[in-house]
Amino acid sequence: MHLPPFISLAAWLPDFGSDGNFAVMSLIKIACLLGVLLTMVAYAVLVERKVSAFIQDRVGPNRVALPLIGSIPVLGPFLTRLGIWQPLADGAKSFLKEDFTPNHVRKLYFWLAPAITLIPSFLTVAVIPFGSNLLGEQMVLADLDVGILYTFGIVSLGVYGIVLAGYASNSKFPFLGGIRSSAQMISYEISMGLSVIPVFMLVGSLNLGQVIAYQADGHWLAFQQPIAFLVFLVAAFAETNRLPFDMPESETELVGGYNTEYSSMKFALFFMGEYANMITSSAMMVTLFWGGWTLPFWGLSAPATTLGGGLLHIGIFLAKVIAFMILFIWVRWMLPRFRYDQLMDLGWRRFLPLTLANLFVTAVWLWLTTTAATGNPLPK
Amino acid sequence: MSTAAPTETKPAPPPVETIKVKVDGREIAVPKTMPDPMSGKPVATTMIQACNLARVDVPHYCYHPKLPVAGNCRMCLVEFGTPAMGPDRKPVLNPDGTPKIAKSPRPAIACATPISPGMEIYTTTPGVKQMREGVLEFLLINHPLDCPICDQAGECKLQEYSVEYGQTTSRFVEAKVHKPKQVDLGPRIVLDDERCILCTRCIRFTRDIAGDDALGIVNRGSYNTLAAYPGKAFDNNYTLNTVDLCPVGALTSKDFRFQMRVWFLKETKSVCTSCATGCNIVIGAREDKVYRYEPRENDAVNSSWMCDSGRLNYKWIGAANRITRLLRQNPGAGSEPITWTTAAREIADRLLAARPGSVAIIGSARQTNEELFLLARVARQVSAVTDSVPRTQTGDKLLVSADRNPNSNGARLTGIAPAVLGSNLRAIADGIAKGTIKTLVVFGEDVTKHGIGAELLAKLDTLVACDILSNPTTDRAHYVLPGCAHAEKRGSFTNGKGRVQRFMKAVEPRGDARPEWEFLHELVRNLNGQDGFTTIEGLFNLMAREVPAFQGLTWAALGDTGVTITLPA
Amino acid sequence: MIVKREKLNFWERLYAPAVLGGFKVTWHHFARTVFRSGPVTMEYPEQKWVVPPGYRGAPYLVKDQAGRTKCVSCQLCEFVCPPKAIRITPPGASGAPGAGNVEKGPAEFEINMLRCIFCGFCQEVCPEEAIFLQQDYSLTGTSRAEMIYNKEKLLALGGTHQDKIQKWKHKAEEAQAQDVFPVPPAA
Repeated sequence: MHLPPFISLAAWLPDFGSDGNFAVMSLIKIACLLGVLLTMVAYAVLVERKVSAFIQDRVGPNRVALPLIGSIPVLGPFLTRLGIWQPLADGAKSFLKEDFTPNHVRKLYFWLAPAITLIPSFLTVAVIPFGSNLLGEQMVLADLDVGILYTFGIVSLGVYGIVLAGYASNSKFPFLGGIRSSAQMISYEISMGLSVIPVFMLVGSLNLGQVIAYQADGHWLAFQQPIAFLVFLVAAFAETNRLPFDMPESETELVGGYNTEYSSMKFALFFMGEYANMITSSAMMVTLFWGGWTLPFWGLSAPATTLGGGLLHIGIFLAKVIAFMILFIWVRWMLPRFRYDQLMDLGWRRFLPLTLANLFVTAVWLWLTTTAATGNPLPK
Repeated sequence: MSTAAPTETKPAPPPVETIKVKVDGREIAVPKTMPDPMSGKPVATTMIQACNLARVDVPHYCYHPKLPVAGNCRMCLVEFGTPAMGPDRKPVLNPDGTPKIAKSPRPAIACATPISPGMEIYTTTPGVKQMREGVLEFLLINHPLDCPICDQAGECKLQEYSVEYGQTTSRFVEAKVHKPKQVDLGPRIVLDDERCILCTRCIRFTRDIAGDDALGIVNRGSYNTLAAYPGKAFDNNYTLNTVDLCPVGALTSKDFRFQMRVWFLKETKSVCTSCATGCNIVIGAREDKVYRYEPRENDAVNSSWMCDSGRLNYKWIGAANRITRLLRQNPGAGSEPITWTTAAREIADRLLAARPGSVAIIGSARQTNEELFLLARVARQVSAVTDSVPRTQTGDKLLVSADRNPNSNGARLTGIAPAVLGSNLRAIADGIAKGTIKTLVVFGEDVTKHGIGAELLAKLDTLVACDILSNPTTDRAHYVLPGCAHAEKRGSFTNGKGRVQRFMKAVEPRGDARPEWEFLHELVRNLNGQDGFTTIEGLFNLMAREVPAFQGLTWAALGDTGVTITLPA
Repeated sequence: MIVKREKLNFWERLYAPAVLGGFKVTWHHFARTVFRSGPVTMEYPEQKWVVPPGYRGAPYLVKDQAGRTKCVSCQLCEFVCPPKAIRITPPGASGAPGAGNVEKGPAEFEINMLRCIFCGFCQEVCPEEAIFLQQDYSLTGTSRAEMIYNKEKLLALGGTHQDKIQKWKHKAEEAQAQDVFPVPPAA
């Protein structure tokens, strides 16, 4: 599309050639995205603490004050009571605590595990369209035609970090945590994968941009595929090790699960990984089932042509993601932990048949409405 | 010492004649007579003695087995009955053939009522219970009940019997009679007349045992007051026994006053070291601090008493000039701390290197038998001249011996001292002066006070001094060994009459200090390679085998009260 | 006893009632905390809990209304103290000079507040009503030595106890009335 030069970012930058421009643009987007993602991770922790506090009739973090801002008459104390600076203190604490490596661990894997946990959750974000257009750029890092396959491929790597942590710690509770995690995450990956197949059967493409385009004007897949969405939602909880499925950590049984032996920044990496996973899972749900950056009114379903429209789409996307984040958080303080056999039972004996049935019904329905009726082999 | 309570002479032959009486329904045969506590002559056995033999506890205040009977506290009232006699002067029998008992209509004080054949004594009847309650209520009428500030609390018979036999409340609502408090009765005694229950034990002891008629009761009725006779000082050497005797907190020791509550004191059986009598004592200590000595009953030695001078002679145990560091000194050029192992090795090397005959060892008759025995072995190994130091002052009739060393006989029997203590000291001094004696080992004595002055000590090549308190000898010694007080170790003494008595450890040694026998054992091993016993039991038994006079003794057989041996003539 | 497990109906097996019930409870608390009465917790250093009467806080020594240190150094509290937190130095033969007919008082009285377990045995055993567990429950110090409270500190913190009986004063007056017991004037 053609845009006025003053809102084209490319026009403001020197020309590096075709590949060079792409690289520079991607780098800028990566930087912005990581910045936003890490900030969201940090503040997700704060929201988690605040929401849990309110649900439990408490105050939550309200102590950390910044020297200058804290002394602004009304605003400073308000922000302090809101705990707005708490993530800064948490971050500083993580860096300043003693980085303790117990003597009995397998050092290399012990060091590798936190990184392996964190990196996949960041990589997943690459294929998610987090907006339409802004300054002449498409708001997705990699507009892959196999986006969803990529996502599943990367997400399934996340389990290795946890398993590795459990194995490397060389201690019983982390070990049990690691074993639980491997069984749980592999089980639910199947349900999760099967649950999204109907989506792509309807859309006819694995490109996430195409999925969003399909959902324009309010044809959100959550309404067309409620069973698929619910299964995906539950599986997302299991995949991110969140309550009610936090078997690998389950403090009451396993001390801290796979991260028992970790401290300082290495623990913080696990912690950040968990929240980054929540964010990417939320973003996946928004993209697959809730229309991504689109809204069905005021023409917001179409890609933006102005700066304001571009920003608005990003805002819409973020708002939806945040809504899912709050759902994640709320559920943690609402539901008790499943028993391990219940978890397995749910995954294998309920969700797997359910998703298969859903797949079958969708296929039959598609055949009836399209191929059988029109003779066309594919919808659209 | 002679006469009086400690009867080393054979006790009166056991009376063959016994009487059968029943105490609380249990029949027991008791001797018809028992020796009088004062004269030793046989007198009729009393009900309280029969009850004691039957192991039935009869509460009492004024009665004391070692004192004449007064019978004034009325606490030991019991009911009793005797076989009824018919008009034909024959016992009336019950239908089942047992003698009919005529219960006495009135109770009797058990301490002063002699028993008779067939008598039945009842100490648990409701009547006796009521009488005890009544007597206690009466005794407590004018008692101030100031247990929180009373030193006797915890070992007070008034407290104990009130709990055991008394009633919970008093019906007395009138004002109590107030009597003098904090009366300075003598140099070592404080009297609180309000607490006194007028049992007169102190008066009887002072008059009949100590032989100093200094105390008496003055005023009448409720105003009865214990007092020293005007113009007579209550300052004999046995006054503190009245504190032990006093069943309440009326007589308290100035020395122990408000120092520590008695329930904190750990009690250790020991022996007094102030003279050759070797009174048996109990050391009261808390957290390595000795608070008091109390006499322990041993009829072969000290009955139930001890003298004030011995009782108060404990403060040096915690004195400020205790030697606490094991030092190698170079007189005039400072000192350095060493270990016991180093000291034992270096001293042994010096002794072995010394020319035979050039070593003198001065032990102390304040050391234990075991230490003197080991010291004698050292002396034998290096052919040393040995001696000890005599301490002779005037004794008294009751307990204090003229010989103020607790173990002169031990020093003689183990061969450290000659028959007359101190007779070798002159020879040793001359030897040092002439230069024939170059090595001197001193244990527990300050030889500068006994003829070997500082100028002689300066001539020595080696001076080893082991002592508890620092003195001119230790100041000049090449090796200063910190010693242990008797309260800090175990061991045995042989007293003036040849009674071997053991004592136990009450407190931990100060600083580096270590029981002397442990060090001497190591020294002997370094000298001749012999490994002996590292326990006091084994060491004593070894000594008993080797020293003729101790033949047949064992540590265990000494018991708490010791064994008398035959001293060689 | 065997409790028969209830068969779940269709809705319950969908977890729907449980999820809705959970949401109802959590929302109720969330809304109450955010929109209505606020949190139930207290913000500790600024807001302090007002202890109820009879609360067993730190034990302190008290004086009576005449200003007399009530402790007579009987050492029963030292004896009964389960963690051995109390250490009393008896006065020695001098007793308590100037305390009138109370012959004895502590030369030093120390409570190691690090050892104290606030059990109240000392208060219960005290025959003189001289030590009371008071309202302090948060004792802090920067060293172990600082947490050993001496007599002066304990008395300053303990304050005055209204003694209804005043047995020693009563005794002294009774003795003075009999005119045979010279009582030195109280300091």
